[in-house]
Amino acid sequence: MTPERRRFLGWSAAAAAGAALAPGLRLVELALARSPEEAASALQRWGLLVDIARCADCDVCVTACREENGWTGSGRPATDAQWIRKVSLRDRGTGHAQTLPLMCQHCEHPPCVDVCPTGASFRRADGIVLVDKHTCIGCRYCVLACPFGARSFIHEPVVGQKPDVPRGKGTVESCTLCVHRVDRGQTPACAEACNRDGGAAMAFGDLNDASAEIHRRLKSEPSSQIRADLALNTGVRYQGL
Amino acid sequence: MRLRLAAALLAALLGAAALAGSGERSAGRVALPVVKIERGEACVAPVEEMRRNHMQMLFHQRDRTLREGIRTTRFSLKNCVECHAGRNTGSVLGEEGFCSSCHAYAAVKIDCFECHTPMRQARAAEAAR
Repeated sequence: MTPERRRFLGWSAAAAAGAALAPGLRLVELALARSPEEAASALQRWGLLVDIARCADCDVCVTACREENGWTGSGRPATDAQWIRKVSLRDRGTGHAQTLPLMCQHCEHPPCVDVCPTGASFRRADGIVLVDKHTCIGCRYCVLACPFGARSFIHEPVVGQKPDVPRGKGTVESCTLCVHRVDRGQTPACAEACNRDGGAAMAFGDLNDASAEIHRRLKSEPSSQIRADLALNTGVRYQGL
Repeated sequence: MRLRLAAALLAALLGAAALAGSGERSAGRVALPVVKIERGEACVAPVEEMRRNHMQMLFHQRDRTLREGIRTTRFSLKNCVECHAGRNTGSVLGEEGFCSSCHAYAAVKIDCFECHTPMRQARAAEAAR
């Protein structure tokens, strides 16, 4: 087959695939789905991109996370778990105020994993940092090691957990990037809620996938990592910080 | 004659009551497991294998699911609860719960439900609301 003919066939196949897609069905969603038997792969790296300029003065991401993962507190803020919080920043000199959602940054080199004495704190092949509560002994080293203050210890017995999100006293927990939803091919609850009810400031996707919106924007637009000086290579990136 | 008949009847009644009482006591001393299966036609493996090895199945599945993201339903705890939760309670725990009654009989503590919900999915959603 000559290179010209090969190229022509390639283009026509791509055009046919594009035409065959039903309206409203996006290629991104098709690419996200993974079969249940398939293990998470290191070819993917899940991440979030938060555009602070669009981050509205609301907390739909926090509410959605709480609803999805069932970490509604008991009214004792000193000990209640918090997986995601809204942080307000204010420049003392100019008075410029910003607000941004802060949660586990899903680092490539997570300090919480380094310090865990039992191996309970771990990074999944696709970049999601999780706690294996089966082996967590509740020592809270990871809570201290995390530069983002993203981890919480559960102080009180928990009842009424969500079937997909087990939670229990004596273990540490944090944002899971809604791993149960990601494994079903959905986006995390915070990003979904932000795009539906908030300022559409959050983009979720595979940082390694050249066709993903998040990859394209990170490539072409400026963005930053919180505490970039620690060289943790976070999976959560911010724009306009 | 009538008196003697009444006495015999009374004695018979008392005897029956005593027997029933002793029967209840002997059953009540040992908490027998209640195996009521509410849903599904067959388990994921033969009953004998399940009785002996369900903990190994769950143990391996939990690492595959959590560490590798393999979410097959065959040996998943969620799938167990879906079929084995009681119809009225919607739970595998409680006095007649599928898990708890057998574990009480065998005197083996279960840790699963310290973190996992013992409720069937629809019930768990209701309870969380």
